[in-house]
Amino acid sequence: MTATHHHGPPAAIQPSKSTPAWRLLLTLALAGAMSGWLVVTVYKVTLPAVRKYAAEQVNAAVREVLKAPARWDTLYLVNDALTRTAPDKADLADIPKTYVGFDASGNRLGVAITAAEPGFQELVTLMIGFDPKSGTLIGFKVLEHKETPGLGDKIERDTAFGGQFTGRVAPLRGVKGRAGKPPSEVQTITGATISSRAVIRIINHAVARWRPLLEAWDRGRTQ
Amino acid sequence: MTAVPSVQPVQPAGASAFVPGSPPPATLAADIWRGIARENPVLVQFLGMCPTMAVTNTLANGIAMGVATLFVLVGSGLIVSLFRKYIAHEVRITSYILIIATFVTLADMILAATFPAISKALGPFMPLNVANGLLLGRAEAFAAKVGPVRAVADGFGMGMGFTLSLVLLSATRELLGGGSLLNQDILGPRFEPWVFMVMPPGGFLTLGIALLGLAFIIERRRRRTQEAA
Repeated sequence: MTATHHHGPPAAIQPSKSTPAWRLLLTLALAGAMSGWLVVTVYKVTLPAVRKYAAEQVNAAVREVLKAPARWDTLYLVNDALTRTAPDKADLADIPKTYVGFDASGNRLGVAITAAEPGFQELVTLMIGFDPKSGTLIGFKVLEHKETPGLGDKIERDTAFGGQFTGRVAPLRGVKGRAGKPPSEVQTITGATISSRAVIRIINHAVARWRPLLEAWDRGRTQ
Repeated sequence: MTAVPSVQPVQPAGASAFVPGSPPPATLAADIWRGIARENPVLVQFLGMCPTMAVTNTLANGIAMGVATLFVLVGSGLIVSLFRKYIAHEVRITSYILIIATFVTLADMILAATFPAISKALGPFMPLNVANGLLLGRAEAFAAKVGPVRAVADGFGMGMGFTLSLVLLSATRELLGGGSLLNQDILGPRFEPWVFMVMPPGGFLTLGIALLGLAFIIERRRRRTQEAA
């Protein structure tokens, strides 16, 4: 270091008396107000783009797990019953929903729901498409996971694993090695047994939870 | 500590009053170059290790984190420098953290609106950047003691140094760990990815090798100058 670094005696330059408390408060209050204003402004500007992306993600997932439906209806779960009208006060993102898909001639293909449970590391979030009458799976898509790269993340990347669920009937049972004749058996991934079982468990729990709700909805409409 | 002389130093006239511990005068280019080379935040100062280790598994993540940090460094440097005379000494750390947190939040929201997939991949590490020692370090050690132009130059240099280090590490890790760069297959289907490289231990190994390489270059340069002398 050069001598220029230390040629001022710091003690002589420090303010001799401390800053009054009201000035400290004012400094922080003004800084906080400016910060808050900036954050809120940018939040408002970016919100439409963020919402649009989230909606696109959901649309793409519904299309995938229901094998390209011509159109779909959204049902909301309010007070343990499904309803077509969204409650207006709450944030829609937090309300459990199901997407009921139809083909071009208006026949119901099945329903899509999202469900999340712990995997090997953190929550695994799936979108699951199934027929609520029979419990037959149409497909599923991993929306979010933090499973081990190269092992557990095969639940998302391994098409042989993902593809075998179509046509299987919940409740599912994971088997090591080749899956047998029973329509409930699916083969787990070698080296990712826990992640595979998590997927199976999430599907089983979700189908068990949503089937009675959807049956009640169907009864309510035929009466 | 040395004894304080009883005679008060005469303050030079004008705005360039001497601030204790202020960085020595330098050209703008030197202010920028310092962060990229001699005082590189990652490879020399070992600052910002948390995001460095966490997000350098793919090149896209590394670039996004680097550019976002550059934005925060330049923005917070500018504001800290502009308001340096008004921020009372007693509440300066609180004020710097508030300014940094504001810019980190802005960067996070802008990233989520423009590159949602990368924003999702970075997860909590973008907001966690508030606690990046590099940001508070530059505010306290540099921006608070110089004019806005120098503060921005320093923030830009440090941000570039951070980004380049992250690009070096993340490109190595993605290439070996996935055989690709920016999700484009590079090494072909016959390459078996070293999955280990995109997992946390791969980050430490890559950084270690990078530091070894840097030490090798510095040592060789030192020997050459000795031989020349």
